[in-house]
Amino acid sequence: MITEIGHYALVLAFALSLVQGVLPLWGSRKGDVTLMAIGPSAAIMQFVLIAIAFGALTWAYLSSDFSLLNVVQNSHSEKPLIYKISGVWGNHEGSMLLWVLILSFFGALVALGGRRTPQELLATTLSVQAWISAAFLLFILLTSNPFARLTLPPVEGNDLNPILQDPGLAIHPPLLYLGYVGFSMTFSFAAAALINGRIDAQWARYVRPWTLIAWIFLTLGIAMGSYWAYYTLGWGGFWFWDPVENASLMPWLAGTALLHSATVMEKRDALKVWTIFLAILAFSLSLLGTFLVRSGVLTSVHAFATDPQRGVFILAILVVFIGGSFVLFALRGPLLKAGGIFAPVSREGALVLNNLLLTTSCATVFIGTLYPLALEALTGEKISVGAPFFNFTFVPLFIPIFLAMPLGQTLAWKRGDFLGSAQRLIVACIIAICAGLLLAATHGEPVVSAVFAGLAVFVIIGSFVEIWTRISGGGLEPGKIFARARGLPFSAWGTALAHAGVGVTLFGLAATGWGVERILAMRIGDQVSIGPYALTLDAVAPRKGPNYDETIARMTIRSGGAVIGQIEPSRKFYRARQMTTTDAGLRTYSLGQIYVVVTEQNASGTIDVRMYWKPYVAMIWLGALIMALGGGISLADRRLRIGVARRARPQPIVQPAE
Amino acid sequence: MYRAASVKLFAGLLLAMVTTSAFAVEPSELLADQKLETRARAISAGLRCLVCQNQSIDDSAAPLAKDLRVIVRERLVAGDSDDAVRNYLVERYGEFILLKPPLNMGTILLWGTPPAILLIGAMALLLRARRRQADPAELSEEERRKLAAILEDSSRSG
Repeated sequence: MITEIGHYALVLAFALSLVQGVLPLWGSRKGDVTLMAIGPSAAIMQFVLIAIAFGALTWAYLSSDFSLLNVVQNSHSEKPLIYKISGVWGNHEGSMLLWVLILSFFGALVALGGRRTPQELLATTLSVQAWISAAFLLFILLTSNPFARLTLPPVEGNDLNPILQDPGLAIHPPLLYLGYVGFSMTFSFAAAALINGRIDAQWARYVRPWTLIAWIFLTLGIAMGSYWAYYTLGWGGFWFWDPVENASLMPWLAGTALLHSATVMEKRDALKVWTIFLAILAFSLSLLGTFLVRSGVLTSVHAFATDPQRGVFILAILVVFIGGSFVLFALRGPLLKAGGIFAPVSREGALVLNNLLLTTSCATVFIGTLYPLALEALTGEKISVGAPFFNFTFVPLFIPIFLAMPLGQTLAWKRGDFLGSAQRLIVACIIAICAGLLLAATHGEPVVSAVFAGLAVFVIIGSFVEIWTRISGGGLEPGKIFARARGLPFSAWGTALAHAGVGVTLFGLAATGWGVERILAMRIGDQVSIGPYALTLDAVAPRKGPNYDETIARMTIRSGGAVIGQIEPSRKFYRARQMTTTDAGLRTYSLGQIYVVVTEQNASGTIDVRMYWKPYVAMIWLGALIMALGGGISLADRRLRIGVARRARPQPIVQPAE
Repeated sequence: MYRAASVKLFAGLLLAMVTTSAFAVEPSELLADQKLETRARAISAGLRCLVCQNQSIDDSAAPLAKDLRVIVRERLVAGDSDDAVRNYLVERYGEFILLKPPLNMGTILLWGTPPAILLIGAMALLLRARRRQADPAELSEEERRKLAAILEDSSRSG
């Protein structure tokens, strides 16, 4: 019964999305306030209906209702609770349902928080959002119904793919989808602006929080996925340039460019056409990512559902939305008036450079990911485009970005003083060079690691130079500095922090060169040294889990003879699916990690061990967290200023220039 | 609608995943000569495990990857240069085995697009900047006089 309610709610949501897609838009063309007012109510109601559907499916998983095909295929009564919940989106149908749930969630948020948004813009935006919603709801109902029943329900389910039974992967899809789908909001705003033919700096302000939210979650989602791959796939890699990873990286790159160009639009009323273009591009790439992952066009580690019928459907959605929006852009874009002018050497100029490099890197990932598919489809010739290609083409594009990041921040708007800005960075530069030399002396080869680590230090310190200049301007007494620091807008702190996060990640990446790897066969009692530590294999023992049996290898970690910890890599055998997975043993010591994976015991009594000492490796993901935190702080600033939430006190009409 | 075909495909995919989560380079494969072994690892990282999705033979636990790793090491021990080892494998398995495809007629767009976009973008920006500079950014003598008059007016009235 609950299942049928869920199914029915989904059908209702589809019907409602058609209403929401037509009436508010019509109202905004005719200037009919009543019709426009339907938008927010419909958006909220749509979210409620999809939430009911999602809740019904979750209930089926929690109660192990094996009369549902979806539950049979992806669940098991012995599965731990967290994976019963995450199993809801650990499959094609459920993950699409999560996709539309998040889509409608953003729609509802805009409806609730949009009191200050001009009604016409709000109505049109919600209508565009409803078209996306309608397309994907129809896709679910026609090709991927999670509520399909079985006439002869089995007693037990097939269990969730063991590789997905992991806390990291339980939250990875929701994070990633919040990012992917979050860009739909920016897209809808852009399409609405084009339809209404009105766009100004104010528009950039309405859109900024949504871009930021999407960007924050996408950053977290990508980092989470990368960390998951690092500890699950068993060879210590964290980024494989897999097409599915690239699918999430492309919207992130476009979204990062969008954040920066939207700043120019907001502050200086310039780059309008370009910002709209990026808003469309970011979501188009999100759709492309959905298509690549969901259609099974790439059969990769991540693609756990493949069906050509679905592929064609998503491709149709892709063509209609991307094609439609770019046609709209081509028709309406030229009508947008160019705004403020600026000199090449200026904050705007630096942001334009950032945009050029980010979009080029995005295009590089795009072509590297899709070229083999296109070539094979057109000529039948098969080529491989893997990590070496991307390292060769993508990385060089980021070096100028890292160099320009601190510089751009210290340049003034409109017309900057290059030499003056460079001078202010001299201290950061000297510290970076010293740090690089010190690291080269302590860690040795390869030199390139020390160079990039030095560059990372430059980025981190350089991120705060602008803030330091602003707070130290009125004298160096602590009281004054503190007062000025408090007076700075949150967005300044957010920017500095996010940029520093990029530096932290870069440092972690640079340090991978100093990693140590050992591959060997060990007997119980054997001791091996790895980096500054020594590991002893104490025991190999079986252990029983809820839905798996595992063999664990207990090891003791010593540093200079003293015991500092234990590490327990294991091999898990999942009973229902008859599958084995490797669980890496991980210990973090001062930002570096000891990483150990083992195989089963050989006939001779040894076990094969692969171990690593990875100095500073945790900084890769720590940096992503800092970036997201910076985004969050920036978001707090915007909320106060544009009233996504209500303002606490009346603001002066004239905003002070920053 | 329990479709046997799709279930089979699904099972196949899972099987592929099992192999990915097992072990790649095994202790018994390693060469005693550290220098040769380092070279072998570097070469392996650039060769595709032909039966896997987007994995190098260095990362893959598939039997074929193991065979290829052994071949790489045999050729190195026999005294081949890095390029000779790669050519040896390309002759047998085609260019599909290279994770960094060589530049030729088939890949010219792949290699050419990123620099082309960067160049076109940079040129468009330069042209735009020059056009902007041609705009009268500075006030002309007459405008300056007018401005001074207005300012004087407003300061007198204010």
